[in-house]
Amino acid sequence: MTDAPRRTPLDALHRSLGASMTDFAGWDMPLRYGSERDEHTAVRTRAGLFDLSHMGEITVTGPQAGELLDHALVGNLSALAVGRARYTMICEPGGGILDDLIVYRLAGERYMVVANASNAQVVLDALTERAAGFDAAVADDRENYALIAVQGPESPGILGSLTDADLDGLKYYAGLPGTVARVPALIARTGYTGEDGFELFTAPDDAEPLWRALTAAGKDAGLVPCGLSCRDTLRLEAGMPLYGHELSTALTPFDAGLGRVVKFDKTTNGGRFVGREALEAAAARAAEAPPRKLVGLVAEGRRVPRAGYAVVAADGGEVIGEVTSGAPSPTLGKPLAMAYVDPAYAAPGTPGVAVDIRGRHEPYEVVALPFYKRQR
Amino acid sequence: MSNPQQLRYSKEHEWLSAAEEGVSTVGITSHAADALGDVVYVQLPEVGDTVTAGEPCGELESTKSVSDLYAPVSGEITEVNQDVVDDPALVNSAPYEGGWLFKVRTDESAGEPELLSADEYAAFTGN
Repeated sequence: MTDAPRRTPLDALHRSLGASMTDFAGWDMPLRYGSERDEHTAVRTRAGLFDLSHMGEITVTGPQAGELLDHALVGNLSALAVGRARYTMICEPGGGILDDLIVYRLAGERYMVVANASNAQVVLDALTERAAGFDAAVADDRENYALIAVQGPESPGILGSLTDADLDGLKYYAGLPGTVARVPALIARTGYTGEDGFELFTAPDDAEPLWRALTAAGKDAGLVPCGLSCRDTLRLEAGMPLYGHELSTALTPFDAGLGRVVKFDKTTNGGRFVGREALEAAAARAAEAPPRKLVGLVAEGRRVPRAGYAVVAADGGEVIGEVTSGAPSPTLGKPLAMAYVDPAYAAPGTPGVAVDIRGRHEPYEVVALPFYKRQR
Repeated sequence: MSNPQQLRYSKEHEWLSAAEEGVSTVGITSHAADALGDVVYVQLPEVGDTVTAGEPCGELESTKSVSDLYAPVSGEITEVNQDVVDDPALVNSAPYEGGWLFKVRTDESAGEPELLSADEYAAFTGN
């Protein structure tokens, strides 16, 4: 028996917009409203509006909130300036990735940790357990927030028409409390699409008025509602990892090519943090015998690689890796994939790489990530 | 979009036109096209291939998934729609017109295929 899927505060609105809904991590979420390709293009060229209320917010407060996060996560969060955000991870004692996170420092003694919907409970439980002995409190804030993202080149203009907040002064990976369309919101300049954009954390009851105000303000700029389907192709083009695909407990950050998020030079807690010994060993291993490397693959043909498909050597068919994400790219007009491949095949331009697409070996070009980078 | 009354339908969501001189046209329904999302690649059988009712004879790839294309009847492929190979989005935009997939000469000896009327198909898909 499974529980009924959870619904966001915008559920009725999505249905009135004709969204195709899908189960995602126990939530009933909009997959697309019309054509996912049109939604993707809107975000790349104009603006798109996303309901991300399934993400898991956890608030950490107290005099030792920073020390607790330094202990519990791999990043150096006590050094984070108030108003800034950081991409980080929470690992098992053995080094495996439990989740990737964005942490906002909202005040000196107040942080908000944003976890993936699928891992929110795991992260909450781990933070709660790891808080023992620290003068800090961990609170489940999932019920207290809706999250709306407006992403795309037109998003600063659209949001700017609804707020007095200093958006020009808001850097990438920063957040400030403000008011948007008379609704209180934490305005964050973060995102997961490869475009400029904002994520607005607001009270559930304020989500619908905020969505409607953004829709009205963005009408002339071509803003459209967007579902999870185009969010996935946008983040794939931008080379951004997705938990459950590029990241898992089977990999350490060093195996995932994200060793840079692990800060061994922390000064709090005597430099100790959960997973430190295992991650030092993983870093040493990665330096001596490089693990499979995350690369981009671009199709020469039109058949689409999917997660789990084998990457093979074109001559001989030896398995040299595995696709973690794949989709047709609306921007490039070709199928793309992210894949972990043996280091000997990881250099961009390496010849002789193919993907086994249901028994046929289709040629693929190895490229550096990301596939797409916006013009600044 | 309602299902055209003059067509017959498979439970695998293909439609089949009435035969003209023994040859029927096959496509996928708008219900199936909507469920797939944007179709980006179609692999069709080749002219001269023999297909069997209920068996896979090609593939339809969309952004999120790949689905088998099933033959609604047994017979020989007489024509495939090159336009839809070149522009798979036709499957979404015109599933009953420009997005047709192939033509098949029905093998009468294979027996009567199990197909649904438009109303039966609508009931089957809950539309």
